[in-house]
Amino acid sequence: MNGQPFRNPSGGLIDRARPLSFTFNGRRHAGYAGDTLASALLANGVRLVARSFKYHRPRGIVGAGAEEPNALVQLREGAATEPDTRATQVELFDGLVAKSQNCWPSVGFDLGALAGLLASALPAGFYYKTFMWPASWWPTYEHHIRRIAGMGEAPRDRDPDRYDYRHAHCDVLVVGGGPAGLAAALAAGRTGARVILVDEGAALGGSLLGEQAVIDGRPALAWVEETVGALAAMPDVLLLRRATAFAYNDHDMLAIVERRFDHMASPPPFETRQRLWLVRAERVVLATGAIERPIVFAENDRPGVMLVSAARAYANRYAVRAGSRAVVFTNNDSAYGAALDLARAGIEVAAMVDVRPDGGEAARRARAAGIRVLAAHGVLAAHGGRSVEAVSVAPIDGTGRAAGRAERIDCDLVCLSGGWNPAIHLFSQSGGRARYEPAIAAFVPGTSVQAERSVGAARGSFALADALAEGLAAGATGAAEAGFGDGAVPPAPGIDRAVEAPMRPLWAVHGVGSKRAKRFVDFQNDVTAADIALAVREGYRSVEHVKRYTTLGMGTDQGKLGNIQGLAILSGLVGADIPAVGTTTFRPPYTPVAFGAIIGHATGADFDPVRRTPMYDWHVRRGAPFVNTGLWKRAQVFPRPGETVLETIGREARAVRTSVGFVDVSTLGKIDIQGGDAAELLDRLYINNWKKLAVGKARYGIMLREDGMVFDDGTTTRLAEDHFFMTTTTANAVRVMSMLEYVHQVHWPELEVHMTSVSEQWAGVAIAGPNARNVLSRLTSDIDVGNEALPYMGCAEGTVAGLPARVFRISFSGEMAYEVNVPSDYGAAIMDAIMAAGEPFDIIPYGTEALNVLRIEKGHFVVGPEADGRTTPDDLGLSGMVSKTKDFIGKRSLSRPALTDPERKQLVGLLTVDPGERIPRGAQIVEDPSHPLPCPMVGQVTSTCFSPNLGRSIALALVKRGRSRYGERLYAASPVAGRTVEVTVVHHVFIDPKGERLRV
Amino acid sequence: MVKYSIFSLLRNAVSNHENWPEAWRSPTPKPAYDVVIIGGGGHGLATAYYLAKEHGITNVAVIEKGYLGGGNTGRNTTIVRSNYILEANAHFYEFSLKLWEGLSADLNFNVMLSQRGVLNLAHTDADIDAHSRRGNAMRLNGIDAEFLNREQVKAFVPLLDCSENARYPIMGGLLQRRGGTARHDAVAWGYARAADARGVDIIQNCAVTGIRREGRRVVGVETERGFIAAKKVGIAVAGNSGVVAGMAGLRLPIETHVLQALVSEPVKPVLDCVVTSGAVHFYISQSDKGELVMGGDLDFCNSYAQRGNFPAIEHVIRSAVALFPSFSRLRMLRLWAGIMDMSMDGSPIISKTPLDNFYVNCGWCYGGFKATPGSGWMFAYTIAKDEPHPINAPLSLDRYISGRVYDEKGQGPTPWAH
Amino acid sequence: MLLIRCPHCGPRNQDEFAYGGDATVKRPADPASASDSEWHAYIYVRDNPRGPHEELWHHAAGCRRWIRVRRDTLSHRILATGPVHGPLAEEEGR
Repeated sequence: MNGQPFRNPSGGLIDRARPLSFTFNGRRHAGYAGDTLASALLANGVRLVARSFKYHRPRGIVGAGAEEPNALVQLREGAATEPDTRATQVELFDGLVAKSQNCWPSVGFDLGALAGLLASALPAGFYYKTFMWPASWWPTYEHHIRRIAGMGEAPRDRDPDRYDYRHAHCDVLVVGGGPAGLAAALAAGRTGARVILVDEGAALGGSLLGEQAVIDGRPALAWVEETVGALAAMPDVLLLRRATAFAYNDHDMLAIVERRFDHMASPPPFETRQRLWLVRAERVVLATGAIERPIVFAENDRPGVMLVSAARAYANRYAVRAGSRAVVFTNNDSAYGAALDLARAGIEVAAMVDVRPDGGEAARRARAAGIRVLAAHGVLAAHGGRSVEAVSVAPIDGTGRAAGRAERIDCDLVCLSGGWNPAIHLFSQSGGRARYEPAIAAFVPGTSVQAERSVGAARGSFALADALAEGLAAGATGAAEAGFGDGAVPPAPGIDRAVEAPMRPLWAVHGVGSKRAKRFVDFQNDVTAADIALAVREGYRSVEHVKRYTTLGMGTDQGKLGNIQGLAILSGLVGADIPAVGTTTFRPPYTPVAFGAIIGHATGADFDPVRRTPMYDWHVRRGAPFVNTGLWKRAQVFPRPGETVLETIGREARAVRTSVGFVDVSTLGKIDIQGGDAAELLDRLYINNWKKLAVGKARYGIMLREDGMVFDDGTTTRLAEDHFFMTTTTANAVRVMSMLEYVHQVHWPELEVHMTSVSEQWAGVAIAGPNARNVLSRLTSDIDVGNEALPYMGCAEGTVAGLPARVFRISFSGEMAYEVNVPSDYGAAIMDAIMAAGEPFDIIPYGTEALNVLRIEKGHFVVGPEADGRTTPDDLGLSGMVSKTKDFIGKRSLSRPALTDPERKQLVGLLTVDPGERIPRGAQIVEDPSHPLPCPMVGQVTSTCFSPNLGRSIALALVKRGRSRYGERLYAASPVAGRTVEVTVVHHVFIDPKGERLRV
Repeated sequence: MVKYSIFSLLRNAVSNHENWPEAWRSPTPKPAYDVVIIGGGGHGLATAYYLAKEHGITNVAVIEKGYLGGGNTGRNTTIVRSNYILEANAHFYEFSLKLWEGLSADLNFNVMLSQRGVLNLAHTDADIDAHSRRGNAMRLNGIDAEFLNREQVKAFVPLLDCSENARYPIMGGLLQRRGGTARHDAVAWGYARAADARGVDIIQNCAVTGIRREGRRVVGVETERGFIAAKKVGIAVAGNSGVVAGMAGLRLPIETHVLQALVSEPVKPVLDCVVTSGAVHFYISQSDKGELVMGGDLDFCNSYAQRGNFPAIEHVIRSAVALFPSFSRLRMLRLWAGIMDMSMDGSPIISKTPLDNFYVNCGWCYGGFKATPGSGWMFAYTIAKDEPHPINAPLSLDRYISGRVYDEKGQGPTPWAH
Repeated sequence: MLLIRCPHCGPRNQDEFAYGGDATVKRPADPASASDSEWHAYIYVRDNPRGPHEELWHHAAGCRRWIRVRRDTLSHRILATGPVHGPLAEEEGR
């Protein structure tokens, strides 16, 4: 620990009663509550904090906020580490640990700086011109490039913190808690409107926190305190501190990240680290302030070169001297007030270098205060290595060229003000186009396209009086537009207005001397003025080309400091005005946002919601593992101790064929359809006929898409003349329901029919096997389950196990089967009852694996592998179902040439020629496996299993002209499995092709 | 054309790089060309290059309304692969990948093809079947593919969450080692420079405002800089295909949708290949600069806005963190959007049209970037010969009439579902 | 995120809706007599304007009604909304 040599003994907004200790690059330092990491480092005299991306040049702190391009650190350690963190926005906390990144072995002595020696061979875009020979070496080159690039280290472990997520609505959303934003919130809040005020800082006040302004004759901070107090007392005003509005989306939806506990070592127990707010606002006030810009000159990246506003904020807000002897370089008035603040803070201001011939009143006051003012001068170059030691200053002409002898001025701090850029990022994100304002040489918001207004410095009104007046007006008007108040603007507080001399645009000083001297435009990416010139020379003249070729503005600061300089330099090179050269559109986010914050709690197992059937717990109790089917969790198998999965599947599938088993089928989609035209609707949807289906009977149906491809299948039962109960596949339950609603509401609204999804109202269980009737008959007294009363494809309503139930005599397994539906709440009860009733028959529950084996044995196609969205009814051998007498969705497509092509793939079965072999999954079917590549394929295995009932491997496949190939030998080739198996083409129904078992 | 190499770099270093020539000229448009290509993205520039190189047709203009490569060429996630199951797509994309493999040398411009592998994750048994089926089709088509089991996936991509309690546990993956990424801007610039060197006129900042027809013949284009006659006109304008084809009175089976992508702040290497997941609709890689580059689904409604909305971004990031839990503390740095020409079967169109002398190249859906060399080559062939090459013959417009579509995902004519 | 005014429920977030595409597509009254080319136009060819677009949305997480929306595909501004078959009401604002 040391004594914070650059901290003044008094002043600032820090809490000297709360000293804090932190570690930077392994050294312990002291700071105070209220510090940022940057201010604390400066207080301790730490000026070299980072190395640049490309040349590994030593870098210091340039800004005091979101604009910081250099001072990126690796914050925290282990799983909580955060790379690329701006020291200027890290609130200091006790025990904070940070280190410099992208340097080895240390930030002071970085071997990466050797890149600087090669710099002359590494101009912008050098990588496009080399590393091409020999071609085979590129992966090696690239390997090393990747290691040298990157910046911080990503954590390797799961994030220890949690995040949450809120939606909110408000009448007026105010972004920015500086003078304009506070005024807007106050004016809007007084009307009773719901107001949300968002500011990225821990304290409200914005620029006032770093300056020494006066409002109503008192220190401005007194006005801030009073205003914040008034806002806090309003019940419908929400103040969000440490919150960045980072995205302005369509229809006035803003995304805001609130860093709730980043200012602590870790969040308190049960608290989330950050919270995402999605706010839909009736009106938005953008009071996002402005960002000061530097001026380009030779070696302008030396540590100690800083924005004037930053040095001023460090002095006023943190009582930190960013150096001992400063040269202030400006092209506008704002730096003069700052220079006086610096002097008051004990920094010797060696010179004010003003590019303007006459700094006006401000310059006169500075001179009066004893500061040397060099008018019509510029800084040509900075000198020094790991810290700036001096600058060369000379008279300059209007274009920024040296026009006289240079003078060397010793200094350890160079403060720059090249004017101010309104922070129009959110305005630009809202879809608005920026307009160039020559008076301030900056882009300002143009015409609004969404319900926002920019006020204060964000629209180029830099005077405090204007900021307050515009804020009040925007707040009152916005509230009125949202229905609150009459729009009357409250009176503005009194401000002394200084007479300002106009700024004079100057982007870069063109010195004399070494051409090798680097003049940085983008600090983080090491883009120099020469790089931009090279891009233009090579024909990359569009601003986007310059950006992409040189990487200007592509750093984590997104060019907040450098973009406009780059644009201006480009405009000079191509001889066009800045607005003609263009601006770049700002894209979200304003500042980088942690992924964790954007997703809230939707991570890990909560990535997507989970759907569980009513029998889920019942399955859990029986030790079933689950598989994902869409969002559903379905029981896979019901293993017995000592069984392998394959043994379990075999046992379950055999039990169904030999005695009885039961399976949870609750995931099937279920749609209740009622109305006089219900049968008509089904007729138009399904490929087969429905009007003559008798009440109490079920029918299997297939639906197509309008392009003729099989979409879904299922059984639908007529419960009454005007009442049907449709089932769909699990996968398509949602889509079929939407399709029904679509065809009814869009195509045929005249049909009198209503439909509703009842998927979750009914629990479904299928009892299948030769003993299914015996089991069911023990469970019901009011339903005759005999083959005559309830034949195959019959339906009955009554009670099962004392529960209200519908019983459908339908089968997926090919065995005699009953599907029992009971209200969802009875899902577990019906399982227990069936289990008990089936005990004499050794009934077993079975899972999705046995279900799949049984259906493959039976040759049932399913949506997915067989009906893959590219198969017609005829491909699946179902052309007999297709009605010739009516239209239905997709029918017209079936007669298109490609759909009647005799070469189409058709559903067949496959058996291995050697019964001991297994058909590889996902195999392709070839006629000649020794054919050189590319090897023609005639089909593919769609589903395969070991059939426990046939004792051999079987498969379903889609094969060209498959139905004409029965008996033909082909090969199931799986190069990825390294196996090719000879197979015989057979009919796709392996068990009970006549369907007798169903009907017994 | 000055040859780029380490030697020319060093030579120019001596003169402070003040003597590099223009990569391409900025010519005034001539009154007439043999071929006018509308669209100065990767596809249009590649088409011009191959017209000159393969067919000796050098009296060609590429007309671009903005700057070169400013559309989807500069707005994608830079993935290059040929892991398709349907033959028409497999053969086309493999042809394209082979061109990629020689592209830096061919163009004398380092497009930084980085064949670090594309791994498509399997999350269910059905995925394993589907990925095996696809891998087998690839292998039989002569394309490299391997199926990795869970342990192999874990070893290949150490930071992936391969635990059982993941919402969608990883059960394996299909790896195409020859897949990877390339530097997107370099592709446009490399083609532009090489085409220019062969005499092609590249005309930027010149919007086409109309297409002039005489009966069924297209005879030239109206532009902001006047009429330019052309014996043949080809369009390669991605999301604007419907608008530009409409100037010739043609309606295309295309819808325009917005697709977003984003990058994280740069970090040292943590991901050495491209990882994709069909189940969660997500793809991610790490650029040479260190940024994690990722994308997912469309925004699901027609858009020309080049700006998307938040739900799609949330889904992308949710997917990223679900698969890579340690990425949670990394930050989103930049997001952007491109407008996709979504075709009705998810497969591209490189085709003659019902109009004479008028050719379209569109329908790239998510696949345009990796197609760039192949697309340009095939489109050049189709324009030069007035008939498609056997590889792009299946990708013609009339397939929608016959029904012989290539619906890779089996989603039907719902373009936002591909 | 879009804010879509459902004519039955009022303004709702986009994530309550599913997109349904071009609302001007009309199913041929007699598909059997449609030519391959006409049928192709119905299935595959959609309006795809750069500007105002008539489109269907399904209020899937709401009233389950399909609705018609006129939205500018360039600005994402919603110009009018209404039922599938019926007059659209002009929107002000967003």
